[in-house]
Amino acid sequence: MSVDLATVKRVAHLARIAVTEEDALRMTGELNAILGFVEQLDEVDVSGVEPMTSVIPMEMRKREDVVTDGGKAADVVANAPASAENFFLVPKVVE
Amino acid sequence: MSIIDTRTPDPKRLISGATGDWEVIVGLEVHAQVSSNSKLFSGASTDFGSAPNDNVSLVDAAMPGMLPVINEECVKQAIRTGLGLKAQINLKSVFDRKNYFYPDLPQGYQISQFKQPIVGEGKVIVSVGPDRQGQFEDIEVGIERLHLEQDAGKSMHDQHPTMSYVDLNRSGVALMEIVSKPDIRSADEAKAYVTKLRTIMRYLGTCDGNMDEGSLRADVNVSVRKPGGAFGTRCEIKNVNSIRFIGQAIEAEAQRQIAILEDGGRIDQETRLFDPAKGETRSMRSKEEAHDYRYFPDPDLLPLEFDQAYVDALAKHLPELPDQKKERFVSAMGLSAYDASVLVAEKAVADFFEQVAAGRDGKMAANWVINDLLGALNKSGKALEETPVSADQLGAIIDLIREGTISGKIAKDLFEIVWTEGGDPRELVESRGLKQVTDTGAIEKAVDEVIAANPDKAEQARAKPTMAGWFVGQVMKATGGKANPQAVNDLVKAKLGIE
Repeated sequence: MSVDLATVKRVAHLARIAVTEEDALRMTGELNAILGFVEQLDEVDVSGVEPMTSVIPMEMRKREDVVTDGGKAADVVANAPASAENFFLVPKVVE
Repeated sequence: MSIIDTRTPDPKRLISGATGDWEVIVGLEVHAQVSSNSKLFSGASTDFGSAPNDNVSLVDAAMPGMLPVINEECVKQAIRTGLGLKAQINLKSVFDRKNYFYPDLPQGYQISQFKQPIVGEGKVIVSVGPDRQGQFEDIEVGIERLHLEQDAGKSMHDQHPTMSYVDLNRSGVALMEIVSKPDIRSADEAKAYVTKLRTIMRYLGTCDGNMDEGSLRADVNVSVRKPGGAFGTRCEIKNVNSIRFIGQAIEAEAQRQIAILEDGGRIDQETRLFDPAKGETRSMRSKEEAHDYRYFPDPDLLPLEFDQAYVDALAKHLPELPDQKKERFVSAMGLSAYDASVLVAEKAVADFFEQVAAGRDGKMAANWVINDLLGALNKSGKALEETPVSADQLGAIIDLIREGTISGKIAKDLFEIVWTEGGDPRELVESRGLKQVTDTGAIEKAVDEVIAANPDKAEQARAKPTMAGWFVGQVMKATGGKANPQAVNDLVKAKLGIE
């Protein structure tokens, strides 16, 4: 598998990362090198092997349905570049 | 996925166009908020209407290092709903990350289920109607899947000239996405289907179905075709938030597509929005701009696994569902299918009815609940929860009729009194002197008086026995409606000498 310049630009756009033409070119090479490295794994035949989700046999942890958190709106927005009345403020987005 | 057409084109559902009839094909993705105290992966509250960002934990705000831990009640609610939809429950399911970028999605991805949902195929029987003849038609709508996912936050765009306000209170609340097969063939069927889903979930207690608070929203997939032909290209109308709008959106979108096709055009697969004010759909984004969600298994969450015994235990405690209840009302209580359908549509109404009917005649209770109580509630714009006449009061009124203490006509008056003034029906009958007069002597006296006062009418009645009804009416009037109508009828006939 390899990526071309257009794919790199598209992925950057989907992640909302601004990438210059020059950077995109460089990243195409870098990403293809990484993909080539990972592709070595294809040499192993894993047909019929269940993906391993944990190295130790354990079940998903579950919570009881009780309210244990919240009531800290000021903390939640404390790091926001802009906020008002405990709302996050972002540049206007209307789809 | 190959689509299987389970329905036969029916002329009464077709839409006529300039070039002949068209058939609309609809599939729905319903997003139902799971009824739970806390969120799917955090301990923050799910309460509606709290102060901005008050129901937000650091998990919901996607602060670095926060890890999701699943709320077991949400898992149970999804299983219960799956059982209510007669669907396959998957003992192993997997949570995936659905990646997209939007300010009300702080994680940058929604935790959802993609390839392995918790619930697989099922089906729902939907009663569509009544039509002009008062008939209902039962259709079967297939369920493709049901999966658990997180809700996003809420953005407000009208608070500031250049900024949007974001509140994450909804962020992380558990949703069930219920995907139907494309088995729906009209706006009416779609509305009936969503109504039925809502009824089932309300019976189960798994979603309150409150559309005003956004507990139930739908994405509507619409395409059109010539009857029985190949499926057309579909458009998806996003986030329609009322049952009425779902119907309007389908009708508007079907008309738009038919107009394009009849003009020799082509339908582009795209995402659209419904504008209720204009009654039309407009393009939101085309296929080229479509999201690439880059799904992958969420590495923070192990697969969700449980055994069949876990499912069986939940199944054992499932409440009676609307279809079963309707069946019981018809077979055990002798109600008509129509009355039973009306009563089971809202769980609260069915419960009220059962309380009234307990130990009484089912049909009589059904008549009073449907015609008198629901009629009066409807007229005054009240919900059942606000009814001024309780089930016990209505039951007492029915008992008084059964015992012969009051006539059916007086019962209607008594209902009015209880509705406006309240009080114990039995005491009201005593204190207001509403008791039916069964004393033959008193009735006889009234009959004699009426006959004596109208000798000419009595003469006519002897010649034409149907005139006797006029005397019965007069006697009832004279006794303030309290005389037993049967006794009056018998006495009038005897006195006039008619058989």
